[in-house]
Amino acid sequence: MYIIFLMIAVSVTVAAAFLGAFLWAVRSGQYDDDYTPAVRMLFDNEVPAKDNKSPKEEIAT
Amino acid sequence: MEAALQTNVQTCYHCGDSCEDEPIVAHDKSFCCDGCKTVYELLEENNLCNYYNLEENPGITGKKPVAEARFAYLDDAGVEAQLISFKSDNIAKITFYIPQMHCSSCIWLLENLFKINPGISESTVNFLRKEVSLTYFPQKTTLRDVVTLLARIGYEPEITLANTDGKKTSKPSRTIIYKLGIAGFAFGNVMLLAFPDYVDFTQGLQRTFGSFFGYLSILLSIPVFFYSARGFFTSAWEGIKQRMVNIDLPISTGLLALFFVSIFDILTGRGPGYLDSFTGLVFFMLIGKYFQQRTFDSLSFDRDYTSYFPVSITVLKEDGEESSTAVRNLKVGDRIRIRNQELIPADAMLMHGRALIDYSFVSGESEPVEKVVGEVIYAGGRQVGESIELEVVKEVSQGYLTQLWNDTVFNKNEEQYLHTYSNIAGKWFIIVTMMVAAGALIYWVPRDMDMAMRAFTSVLIIACPCALSLATPFVHGHTMRVFGRNKFYLKNTGVVERLAKIDTVVFDKTGTLTEPSEAELTYTGKELTSAQKQAVLSVLRHSTHPLSQRISLGLSGSALPVTDFQEFTGKGLVGEVNGMLVRVGSASYLGVPAEKQKDTLKTTVYVSIDGVVLGYYTFYNVYRDGLQQVLQGLGDKKIAVLSGDNDHEEARLRELLGKEAELNFNQSPVQKLEYIQQLKARENRQVLMVGDGLNDAGALKQSDAGIALSNSVTNFSPSCDAILDASAFDRLSNFLNFSKTTMTLILMTFAVSLVYNVIGLTMAVMGLFTPIVSAILMPISTLSVMTFATLSVKYAARKAGL
Repeated sequence: MYIIFLMIAVSVTVAAAFLGAFLWAVRSGQYDDDYTPAVRMLFDNEVPAKDNKSPKEEIAT
Repeated sequence: MEAALQTNVQTCYHCGDSCEDEPIVAHDKSFCCDGCKTVYELLEENNLCNYYNLEENPGITGKKPVAEARFAYLDDAGVEAQLISFKSDNIAKITFYIPQMHCSSCIWLLENLFKINPGISESTVNFLRKEVSLTYFPQKTTLRDVVTLLARIGYEPEITLANTDGKKTSKPSRTIIYKLGIAGFAFGNVMLLAFPDYVDFTQGLQRTFGSFFGYLSILLSIPVFFYSARGFFTSAWEGIKQRMVNIDLPISTGLLALFFVSIFDILTGRGPGYLDSFTGLVFFMLIGKYFQQRTFDSLSFDRDYTSYFPVSITVLKEDGEESSTAVRNLKVGDRIRIRNQELIPADAMLMHGRALIDYSFVSGESEPVEKVVGEVIYAGGRQVGESIELEVVKEVSQGYLTQLWNDTVFNKNEEQYLHTYSNIAGKWFIIVTMMVAAGALIYWVPRDMDMAMRAFTSVLIIACPCALSLATPFVHGHTMRVFGRNKFYLKNTGVVERLAKIDTVVFDKTGTLTEPSEAELTYTGKELTSAQKQAVLSVLRHSTHPLSQRISLGLSGSALPVTDFQEFTGKGLVGEVNGMLVRVGSASYLGVPAEKQKDTLKTTVYVSIDGVVLGYYTFYNVYRDGLQQVLQGLGDKKIAVLSGDNDHEEARLRELLGKEAELNFNQSPVQKLEYIQQLKARENRQVLMVGDGLNDAGALKQSDAGIALSNSVTNFSPSCDAILDASAFDRLSNFLNFSKTTMTLILMTFAVSLVYNVIGLTMAVMGLFTPIVSAILMPISTLSVMTFATLSVKYAARKAGL
């Protein structure tokens, strides 16, 4: 039953690590803007795909 | 291809405006103006046409050309140093506020600026704050180049005098998030450790490890007590120091009782304590605080005149050469040039040109004022028409407007609005709690000393009005969001409560009740024949005077050639059309004798043809759509109008507002402010001021709630408690009524939370309150209060049509 000491120690350590990660994330400004990153992540992937057959070419043909 | 072009013809490929005149067709696309075309070409050249794929017609119209010479002041090292947030030899960082930002295309383009100007290394957009943070290499590019580039593609950053004041806008505080994180962490872990208490079959576990669990819980709770919960204690202490009881006082007593009773219980081995309840309560209450703190980031509610003034101005050197100078460096005697629609930054004397100054924003006069050479023009006016030359007679900091603003009466005495519902409730709460606790003590002491202590502390614990303290932030926070969706933006949640108590509404006239850009036109006198009308129109078309332009808008037909056209400043026009001598202008210009003049207070323009005065045009204000609806919705509230304009509109206003309304004309900014003070002091009224201009700034500050009306919420507006988009003006009374409804909702939420308190209190005085009861009661009460507050506001908003 004394394994419980170890288990609780591990669980609290893991939780503390997550708390540390959270505090670091706040400090590095990741919680300052909760809108723009959501838009920004769509730029790289979707747009070039669209660009391949851009309306410009359609008009030119 | 035909079809593709056809569909493009109506709207501009860049900005989406309709191409009213002949569209400019280039690169198989049509543009409404050269400005838009240039921006497109610039983007295409740099391979940035993705801009147009992300959103339809994302551009900002290029119709108003940017005078790039204007940015010359940015080369000034002093100005640069004030604007830049960080600079080393290699890199410089700066943050711009760009109100034009509106879509994901904007974000994309602004973050790809480095493709156009390689001197920019990085740009990051914060869309909610409408800001872009730039990093650039000072060796490769200059601040001026960066700003010019932004302006050229339509995103001219807003740089005003306030930016150079050294007052850096504060970053949003992250403290609350830290506090929440720590409280949440402690809550979860303490709850885990307390779990063996809750159920029967783990009692054995509790007996063996109870003290270990207890000590660990204490360890986890200490940061919560000293860091996360500190705000409640300091606020309660501040209240006590000012001999006020606020909601945080009963909360603090509850938290203190919880924490110390738990420590005592654990250390003496009496029981597991209430630390799970303690950390949980702090966590939930911080959520409430976080909710209360969220506001509209991109809007600024505390602006003063420095945000209204530009940073730079064109100064004429002695040899007539133009140079751009920072407004702050203007000296008495400097010659400045003001172009159409530019602002006069300092009191100055007119030296050259025809000045027509639009003071509507500053003084509330609805018509532009004509000034002749030699007159002093006060700062804050906007020139309409041709460019003029002025000589500065007072430095910016000494000007009339600046002096007015720095006047102490303009500063709101920051009396805290302490008489909020929750604070009043808090007062009663602590009284009742103390009485019940004392009662329990008196009852138990002669019977059972141990039981007496337990009953006393449990009363203090359970009476912690935590659910109560959640009700207000949640109801107000949701209300604020509902208003925001309807284009009514509040500075903070406290404004909701003040709006609910309003019993007097004071309006400004010009720009608030009236539509500033429009005027109604009537013609009085002998009917003009269509040939005469055409002749008058032809003459008017030659003038840039705003009154001429308004009249010619009202006349239809095509213009004929005009010969011998002449314009006399401040008087009128003359010209010959088809052999008819047309004269248009003021009464004195046409020689109308004073006794024959009618409607002298109104703005009138007389018309004569071949020397015979035929009649005159009169301008009326156009009142905003939905004004009737607003006035009806206000019900029995007292209504007043304060206008900086003259009283020519009195009869119409009287008709609109009814007999009861108080109408005051020719009011100076200070008079407006005094009027509000008087209403508050003598009649003890709760005043709502609705205004739009700088002349209302003092009144907006003095009133209990000041609403600034704005046609574009990101534009400059005087400091206020709330900004209302002009398009939502017709719903003003709905907003006020809804604020009232939310107060009822808060009371209902209070009632819900009281039920739990009564149950808990009953158990507490009987000595039956145990950690397990606390662990069940606490989450149920907080969660049900949060849910009730959220759902009830949503339901009420739907019912109110908001």
